[in-house]
Amino acid sequence: MTAARTVTVVGASLAGLHAARGLRTQGYDGRLVVVGEEHHRPYDRPPLSKEFLTGDGDPGEGLGPLALTDPEEEAELDAEWLLGVRAEALDTAAGEIRLTGGRALRTDGVVIATGATPRTLPLPPLDGVHTLRTLDDALRLRAELRAGAERAVVIGAGFIGAEVASSCATLGLDVTVVEAAPLPLVPHLGEEMARVCAGLHTRGGATLLCGTGVAGLRGAGRVTGVELADGRVLPADVVVVGVGVRPVTEWLEGSGLALDDGVRCDAGCVTALPNVVAVGDVARLDRPGSARTVRAEHWTSGMLQGDVAARNLLAGSTVERFDALPYFWSDQYGARIQYAGRRESGDTVRIVEGDPAEGGGFLAVYERNGIPTAALGVDRPRPFMRLRRELARAPQPAGR
Amino acid sequence: MIPVCRIEDLPEGESVRIEAGDATAPIAVFHTDGAFYAIDDTCSHQDASLSDGWLEGCYVECPLHAALFDLRSGEPTCLPARKPVRTHAVTVVDGMLYVHPATQIVPGQPVHAAPEEAVA
Ligand SMILES: Cc1cc2nc3c(=O)[nH]c(=O)nc-3n(C[C@H](O)[C@H](O)[C@H](O)COP(=O)(O)OP(=O)(O)OC[C@H]3O[C@@H](n4cnc5c(N)ncnc54)[C@H](O)[C@@H]3O)c2cc1C
Ligand code: FES
Repeated sequence: MTAARTVTVVGASLAGLHAARGLRTQGYDGRLVVVGEEHHRPYDRPPLSKEFLTGDGDPGEGLGPLALTDPEEEAELDAEWLLGVRAEALDTAAGEIRLTGGRALRTDGVVIATGATPRTLPLPPLDGVHTLRTLDDALRLRAELRAGAERAVVIGAGFIGAEVASSCATLGLDVTVVEAAPLPLVPHLGEEMARVCAGLHTRGGATLLCGTGVAGLRGAGRVTGVELADGRVLPADVVVVGVGVRPVTEWLEGSGLALDDGVRCDAGCVTALPNVVAVGDVARLDRPGSARTVRAEHWTSGMLQGDVAARNLLAGSTVERFDALPYFWSDQYGARIQYAGRRESGDTVRIVEGDPAEGGGFLAVYERNGIPTAALGVDRPRPFMRLRRELARAPQPAGR
Repeated sequence: MIPVCRIEDLPEGESVRIEAGDATAPIAVFHTDGAFYAIDDTCSHQDASLSDGWLEGCYVECPLHAALFDLRSGEPTCLPARKPVRTHAVTVVDGMLYVHPATQIVPGQPVHAAPEEAVA
């Protein structure tokens, strides 16, 4: 695609921005358009459930420390920013993206970076009920948590739910976390380590209720409580629903691209069309050497895929694969959790440093037939990093 | 000037974090490539301690999101960090390692009054 005159990045966030950077650093000097539904320039989401919620002072008007770019870099990128504009459809045959308001954008290359959006529950639309994905979501939640709310109920004890619960506890609210599964995070961490992480809630002063679904909400106009499937009612001034996300692909229906819980691409972020690539939370990649596909919802993948996708888009074929070791971190109740690798159910886990039972930090390694597959650290940044690097270099069991 | 430790207590490849007093941010001291270096301990990207980082020659990799900093200049060489960390002078007197917290302003950083404790 060396002759491309216009490349359009759809989604002005982490992955889209890094793809745009990748295009420029690899010498693309044609027209670069970035379309973003949010009104903001790219900003960082991880702080939204953490220090942004608990931080002192007025977050102010601008993006402040959340900004992923600065004016100097934006000038270097030399992109046209269409912000507050949604891509409604992609016509691959005509090489056109249809935007809100019916406007069509001619483009030679497309980077799909539309990320993910929170899953919802069939609950009535009451005030005081939140999801958390965008800065605007976070501003609304932040304001309510400071407007005299005393009791928060968080539905879903995944990483974001746990972080929000932790932030609510830091702000002095009485917090209950409701989780439908018998134990949260088992698919991510395995049962043993999931139990340890679940213990963080109690340690941090929140109540974790597992194995019970939510039946409904109480309140007229504004939420006053959460009804559980087992009949209990939890009084609540604020409810946060954190039951996972789904990739944003509706706008690609009818484009001919393969969609299957994400945009299907090869191991180099390239779709069936060499001039259309996908990056970040929306991209479902082939995993070389196995029949499986993977869609990551982690910040580091979103950041790193942009460069690979840009290279392949400019080359017109897949000349590089994305093969970084999956990595994520989470900050909750004063603990820093870090995970890297490709754990699968059945892998054993061994504590190599510290003692989870004592409630302090520890380092655990997952193994299959004696081969390390993943690492989990709680407040052990330095040895965790050593293990993470070893994992990245070591051969992995076949098919991961 | 802040005493760090005796030089034999910071072998090659190791780092130590020192609290430089209430008025100065914590400082990370490294022994690598045959020399001692001191930089601000807190990553300029988000909240991570660079003394926990991975040393590779004159560079340290942040333990949270892997930004790489040049220990000589404090400049990041890759994303996600975009701002430098401050560097601090290091001296050895009679086998004892000292850090002299920098009071000058690094471009792009907010201006703070020089803390008096730091220039003892
Ligand atoms: C609160 C929170 C905390 C997190 N904490 C961590 C953490 O601690 N560690 C970690 O590893 N990860 C964390 N993550 C995940 C991480 O932020 C995501 O993996 C990352 O944001 C993915 O980037 P992305 O660019 O793929 O998608 P997104 O950041 O979701 O961005 C997609 C963008 O595309 C826009 N868009 C969507 N549809 C359209 C359209 N049709 N037209 C135009 N624009 C469109 C959206 O408005 C959005 O701005 C967290 C996420 C959240 C929300
Ligand atoms: S905190 Fe250091 S790179 Fe993010």
